[in-house]
Amino acid sequence: MRLKLVPNETSFDFFSKWKLWLGISALLMVVGFASFLIQGLNYGIDFRGGTTIRTESTQEVDVGAYRDAMAALELGDVTITEVFDPTFDDDEFVAMIRIQAQEEGEAISGAMIGQIQTALDAAAPGIKFESVESVGPKVSGELVQTAVIAVALAIGKVLVYIWLRFEWQFALGAVAALVHDVILTIGIFSELQIKFDLAIIAALLTIVGYSLNDTVVVFDRVRENLRKYKKKSLAEVLNLSINETLSRTMMTSVTTLLALVSLYVLGGDVIRGFVFAMIWGVIVGTYSSIFVASAILLYLGVKRDWTKPTNTTGNQFANVDA
Amino acid sequence: MLQIDLWKRVLIWLVCVAGLMLALPNAFYTRVEQANDAALELVAKGETPERLAVAEQWPSWMPSGLVNLGLDLRGGAHLLAEVQVEDVYAARMDALWPEVRDALRPERSAIGTFRRQQGPEDQIRLKISKPEGMSRALEVVRGLATPVTSLTGAGANDIEVSASGDILTIELSDAEKLATDDRTVRQSLEIVRRRIDEVGTREPTIQRQGADRILIQVPGIGSASELKEIIGTTAQLTFSPVVSRGSDPDANAGAGNKVIPSLDEGGTYYTIESAPVVTGEDLVDAQPAFDQNGRPAVNFRFNTSGARRFGDYTAENIGSPFAIVLDDEVVSAPVIQSHIPGGSGIITGNFTIEESTNLAVLLRAGALPAGLDFLEERTIGPELGQDSIDAGKVATVVAFVGVLVFMTLSYGLFGLFANVALMLNIGLIFGALSLIGGTLTLPGIAGIVLTVGMAVDANVLVFERIREELKNGRGPARAIDEGYSKALSAILDANITTFITAVILFAMGSGPVRGFAITLGLGIMTSVFTAIFVTRLMIVMWYDRRRPKTIEV
Repeated sequence: MRLKLVPNETSFDFFSKWKLWLGISALLMVVGFASFLIQGLNYGIDFRGGTTIRTESTQEVDVGAYRDAMAALELGDVTITEVFDPTFDDDEFVAMIRIQAQEEGEAISGAMIGQIQTALDAAAPGIKFESVESVGPKVSGELVQTAVIAVALAIGKVLVYIWLRFEWQFALGAVAALVHDVILTIGIFSELQIKFDLAIIAALLTIVGYSLNDTVVVFDRVRENLRKYKKKSLAEVLNLSINETLSRTMMTSVTTLLALVSLYVLGGDVIRGFVFAMIWGVIVGTYSSIFVASAILLYLGVKRDWTKPTNTTGNQFANVDA
Repeated sequence: MLQIDLWKRVLIWLVCVAGLMLALPNAFYTRVEQANDAALELVAKGETPERLAVAEQWPSWMPSGLVNLGLDLRGGAHLLAEVQVEDVYAARMDALWPEVRDALRPERSAIGTFRRQQGPEDQIRLKISKPEGMSRALEVVRGLATPVTSLTGAGANDIEVSASGDILTIELSDAEKLATDDRTVRQSLEIVRRRIDEVGTREPTIQRQGADRILIQVPGIGSASELKEIIGTTAQLTFSPVVSRGSDPDANAGAGNKVIPSLDEGGTYYTIESAPVVTGEDLVDAQPAFDQNGRPAVNFRFNTSGARRFGDYTAENIGSPFAIVLDDEVVSAPVIQSHIPGGSGIITGNFTIEESTNLAVLLRAGALPAGLDFLEERTIGPELGQDSIDAGKVATVVAFVGVLVFMTLSYGLFGLFANVALMLNIGLIFGALSLIGGTLTLPGIAGIVLTVGMAVDANVLVFERIREELKNGRGPARAIDEGYSKALSAILDANITTFITAVILFAMGSGPVRGFAITLGLGIMTSVFTAIFVTRLMIVMWYDRRRPKTIEV
């Protein structure tokens, strides 16, 4: 007996309420974007400059004492948070200290790190600095720029690739789904105020890749079924294609989530934000390939008459393989 | 139907075996690392029984490439430095000044007397007493210009000379500035590399980034501050004539001179000539030593031309002081007692042994042509790195086992085939990483875990397709065949699009993000290979042997 996530034959009707689904997605996007605009992201030092120090001590972290110890150094805005993680030992107490970018110079000076260490050592004897990272304002500005360009470039390239392999309606549908995923991910990071750093950009791009993977598999089947069932309406073809690929969609999502969840639980706190973004992205990406990408395709319509030469629409690469 | 040519089968297995062989050293990381180091030392420093023994820990006929561990896993320091390219302009002008002076002296009848004026450091401003002779002065100074030696600046001269009233201004031309900047960054890169090599840490990464930046990554070093001490010091050594000594930092130095502080004696300032007699560039050697009083000092030796200039200068200036200047601070200012012909000498000062050793290293490696400004620095402690490796290992194993069980439950025998392919896949990723000398970072481990999840996707696509074909009443062989050929376009499209994002990540990202892009990209390639070649080959071999009437997927 096989484990089956989805019955052998399914005939869910995904498109009876497609306007509702699109509406919900649009609403979520607005909420996410509004949160981003109003509350803003909790940017890490990669994007706004400054210094983070990860401290480790055998005594419990007393945030107040740390703060008092550092007050004399007049470093401006200092944030101290204790870090908890199941992978830590019993006598391992970790805190993250974030210091705003300093007026003079770019990266923090070695002398200043020494002073901070001395000050903290008085408050918590034997404290160790596990990592010190400092990014000057000049670089952080460029990193923001590069990150935005990278995401835009990825979406742009994908648009072109799908347009070449399918038709422009497919490309628009896929890209709408990608934008949806990216905005919802940024939205949840803003809503929950999770630290947003360079690694999250990598996660965003992976989500773009994953969501696309899903969308392309559905679209591939749509393309095939459009040729096979010339009489069926577009909604019927879409529904059939999604039902046919549903088993695969679920299998892949579940195996990927299985891997990601184990990394989330066991992979340590350094990487947790990154993995969280991916888990969220896999869920949102799976949803969007059905309820956003395909729904947009339904809304835009597809040219069905394949008997006439249509070489001008840009799908002339559709048959290069298979 | 279901035929795979023999040469294809051989090729597929060969690729797998080669990949696994390349990956194998990583399973014995420490041992192979030690063996590799010993093998290098054997070549560099000669044979000793210990080195031979260590080198033989790993057979030499086996591949010995290892996956580099990124800083976030191994611990170490990362610095991004910006070269202050403008520093060089002032030095160029100071070096040009004696030449200008010598060229204009014979022209005094036409231009009258001339004096260098205070002005921006990257210019020479001259005031001449007979403005009507300006055209002659311009002509003479322009005669000193030389063509720019770079491709883009071809045809342009290195200096720009202009006049307004009785002031003549000399500065570097834009073309020359561009060429100079490039040279400065390349020299800085070379000197940073030499200094780090002198200290002798393993596998540092030192590379140019953009027009004027240098990225430095040194695994295993305690902190970025230590690293900065080694590479952040300019170590510009000059031997300059002393004009006067005083205690006023704002003393009027006069044109062509400058006021600089003493290194050890607080409140003491020296006025020295900006154009040095000899510079650190003429040094051929510097070694830590002790002076006659047993205090730490640095011995140095000049090359022939440096020795001659130093000898001539000391012969002509017996009785007057000269300054040994390091990075615009006077280390010492002895009075010249006699002609020093041999071209060697000693630098004394209030050094500790460590300082004199460091100074000798810096002088040997050469001075940085310009200062460095640090834009970004990261220190990762080795323990944090080890924690991350451990956590990553556990997570990968759990993810792996979860996926294996899940696939077997879902697809039975075919799931097992996919599992073998998945294990092979991980091996191939490590093999490929070792082959290209890629770097494994913490996000890179996440990339591998993600690949574990996604690698089954191609197999799932095929198996689902085979199921459908079986459901449509096809025979087993036909269903398998159709399943593969029909799933191919979806597999390719899906993976190419993900690959595009991996490429963009690689191109735009840096450090850990790039590590993620590498494992993701390699993972996509190996997973497509294992899914459409390896699993298929296994299924075909199984089918050939068993010839089942019905199959269940």
